[in-house]
Amino acid sequence: MSRQTSPDVNGPDVNGPDRNGPDRKGNGVQELDSVVVRFAGDSGDGMQLTGTQFSVVTALEGSDLSTFPDFPAEIRAPVGTTFGVSAFQINFGSVEVSTAGDEPDVLVVMNPAALKVNISNLRKGGLIILDEGAFNAKNLKKAGYITNPLNDDSLSKFDVRRMDITRMTVEAVKQYGLGNKDSLRCKNMWTLGLLMWMFGRKRQPIIDSLTQKFAKVPEVARANVAALNAGHAFGETAEMSSNLRRYQINKYEESPGTYRTVNGNQSLAWGLLGGSRLAGLTLMLGSYPITPASPLLHILSGLKEFGVITFQAEDEIAAICSAIGASFAGGLGMTTSSGPGIALKTEAIGLAITTELPLIIVDIQRAGPSTGLPTKTEQSDLYQAVWGRNGDAPIVVLSVSNSTDGFEVGIEAVRLATKYMTPVMILSDGYIANASEQWKIPDINDYAPFPVKFHQDPEGFQPFLRDPDTLARVWAKPGTPGLMHRIGGIEKDYDSGHISYDAANHQRMTDVRKAKIDNIAGDIPLQDVSQGAPGGRLVVVGWGSTYGAIHQAVKRARKDGQDVAHVHLRHIWPLPRNLEELLTSYDTVIVAEMNVGQLNTLLRSQYLLNTVLMSKVSGQPFKIAEIAEEITRNLGDGK
Amino acid sequence: MTTQPEIKKPSPKDFETDQEVRWCPGCGDYAILKAVQMALVNSGSKPENTVFVSGIGCSSRFPYYVSTYGFHTIHGRAPGFATGIKLVNPDLDVWLVTGDGDGLSIGGNHMLHALRRNVDLQIMLFNNEIYGLTKGQYSPTSRPGLKTPSTPLGSVDAPLSPCVFALGAGARFVARGIDTSIKELSSTLLRAREHKGASFVEIFQNCIVYNDKVFEEFTGKKRAKDTQLHLRHGEKMIFGKEVTKGLRFNPQKIALEVVTVGENAITEDDILVHDEQNRHLAFMLCELEPPEFPAICGVIYCHPAESYDQSVHDQIDQAKQAGKADFNALLRTGRTWVVT
Repeated sequence: MSRQTSPDVNGPDVNGPDRNGPDRKGNGVQELDSVVVRFAGDSGDGMQLTGTQFSVVTALEGSDLSTFPDFPAEIRAPVGTTFGVSAFQINFGSVEVSTAGDEPDVLVVMNPAALKVNISNLRKGGLIILDEGAFNAKNLKKAGYITNPLNDDSLSKFDVRRMDITRMTVEAVKQYGLGNKDSLRCKNMWTLGLLMWMFGRKRQPIIDSLTQKFAKVPEVARANVAALNAGHAFGETAEMSSNLRRYQINKYEESPGTYRTVNGNQSLAWGLLGGSRLAGLTLMLGSYPITPASPLLHILSGLKEFGVITFQAEDEIAAICSAIGASFAGGLGMTTSSGPGIALKTEAIGLAITTELPLIIVDIQRAGPSTGLPTKTEQSDLYQAVWGRNGDAPIVVLSVSNSTDGFEVGIEAVRLATKYMTPVMILSDGYIANASEQWKIPDINDYAPFPVKFHQDPEGFQPFLRDPDTLARVWAKPGTPGLMHRIGGIEKDYDSGHISYDAANHQRMTDVRKAKIDNIAGDIPLQDVSQGAPGGRLVVVGWGSTYGAIHQAVKRARKDGQDVAHVHLRHIWPLPRNLEELLTSYDTVIVAEMNVGQLNTLLRSQYLLNTVLMSKVSGQPFKIAEIAEEITRNLGDGK
Repeated sequence: MTTQPEIKKPSPKDFETDQEVRWCPGCGDYAILKAVQMALVNSGSKPENTVFVSGIGCSSRFPYYVSTYGFHTIHGRAPGFATGIKLVNPDLDVWLVTGDGDGLSIGGNHMLHALRRNVDLQIMLFNNEIYGLTKGQYSPTSRPGLKTPSTPLGSVDAPLSPCVFALGAGARFVARGIDTSIKELSSTLLRAREHKGASFVEIFQNCIVYNDKVFEEFTGKKRAKDTQLHLRHGEKMIFGKEVTKGLRFNPQKIALEVVTVGENAITEDDILVHDEQNRHLAFMLCELEPPEFPAICGVIYCHPAESYDQSVHDQIDQAKQAGKADFNALLRTGRTWVVT
């Protein structure tokens, strides 16, 4: 893997020649294309806040970026333990960045446990900035270190910068009269100040944000700002003595427009609201808190001025049932959850299918089965989404490919649900749900509205009257005179909509429900090739959050002259109508996914296609290098 | 000469559908259906603004037989659907039909929360103390010792009292009716409809096939007057063929007791007056069980508070007035930057 992007060096000798020869300016500032920084500390050390703030200023300075918050399920695990370590990784640069980076170039550790958990992933020769003050006997023991790694040679492969952040923070905030605990809470801002000096980021946006955040406790605000400034000043004054160096990341050349950072849950929530507005419907969300989907409930609950109705139900089942009730009443029902919650909703999804009501079901996947790893990512709910119900029960399944894609997918889901009177399931996952990327903010006026027309005419009405083209049934909402009707989970007569136990009728209704969903393949875009061209030696097929890693791996392979393409699916069910032809045009099809082969099974069963599965289920996203290796292995001769 | 259009007098038949009713002949559900249709007429309900929602079970077939909007959903979950319907369109008049299995066993959790939230629904719980549609297993209201296919040696489960449960859950309207007293039931349902918020009505319903005559001790025609007490707010709780029996509060036992006017120096002044806003009294009344006590019927508790759907929409209306709903501006909240 090429490394022209790293901030440093091959070993602890920071003054030695850089392997890939980045430009070195005379003023000690080193210019880089991109860099990966990982902040790691105890759950209570504020690493998520530090990382988020660093992302904001990084974006404001015009870098492309991608982040990866990596935190434990425990809210406050015992202090100093390895299972309480929380980390935030950011990859930013003047070049296109589409993952949070394989290996950090810079690792910031606030205690021994953070070092222990994160050291294995650090690039050889990478820079470690650590709080020496936290490396005491008690913390070392809690982290399970027998000897102090600062005193043996276990870190000899890295460039270790020890500084007593604890002591320097306490000194910096002394004048504000905070207690010891509150003083120590400012350590993260001290560290952030230092990093901002290293990467030449302006402090003012952070100072503004701290002042606003702690408006009610001004002494805390002032202490945090003081810590931030102290960290920054340390960088300036220590520059000469400790060889800490500054780095310059030039601006990423982007197309004109207004930008922001957005994570996958945010973009999806906004897409769902945007879609409901384009459809002219009231968005009603029935939801139950679950990691990592709860932010969708939080975001939509804060949008009451748009008429959004949110209902935190007593459980997952009541949540989806309320959403189906909402759609029956003429609103747009939605429910958001993660794998275990979707399992509970399964019976109700079947009812929405058979009563042919529009419904949006969002599954922010996490590692399973059962409770699994709640805060770790996986793509193992594809079977559940496509096949996981009793009876022949087809629905539309879409997937979100990155942190910004949720907006488009949300709108597309609403369009299909309302046009075809069907539940649509959206698959996202814990990685992109929490990870942020830059987003060129769209204008909702650029999207064509698709207003729903409720049925009004009593003449010849029955609730399962179908549009001959879409096969969608009419949507008649309560409150409309002359259209009173009863629907339910018992099979309906094709012609009258009354309950029917007739054998031939059940065949006919099952067939039409299937045909309706199959026909949607004619109303979705043809599958494109995101890199490369149709036909060739090898294609990597992916779906969901693996987009960034596959994109970068294929880009590198193509740069090296290899005949490799990347196909990334948004439409999981029905599949795009040209997909079979497209995939069979390649000699080798690698299906890369974070499960043991669910899309792989789907593609093989649909197309009798010979594929190579690339699977990973460690709770961590794919690394670019892992996919690059798989490409190389399958190309055999390497070209 | 003009012809006057004939003004049709509203009739319960207006709320009948063309569907063949599929309950067993002699089932108590027929009488309840009639009582509901009468209540709909008497309340001036419009079919297009009325929705019946049900779960699964014999009682849950109900929506197919009322000519309003109807949704026959899944087992135990009707409260969730009804809540969603009411939140999207609070103007709809939503009735929920459930049974002792659907509403208190598989759906007990949802019932609890619909009641405590005070969603504006009329909840009719048909209690026949048995699972009918699955062919006769015991239910959460079955009496101990009941022999059924799943309790061949007799049930050892302690039964639940639906009205005590409802009160405990925070219901603001709790009432009881009997399938054999259609008129009385119909007027109770009318009260339930008038009540804003969750109205809980337990209806004793005879299952002629699997649990026949389980309520016979107080529904038998000859005995009814001596074994049923029909409550009226502000009136003495008095009953019996001779209208001489009544309920008295015994402060030593902190309990209600049955006394007879004219015996042991009891006068009418000793008989308690029903106060449907008194929750303590409501609990005591719900705890009374035949044969020691009469079956308590009518409105046991009615103490309205703002409904959940109303509160939800009040918040939305306030937010709409306070904030400008500009979608493009929403996407641009927080830190943004412009690339030229």
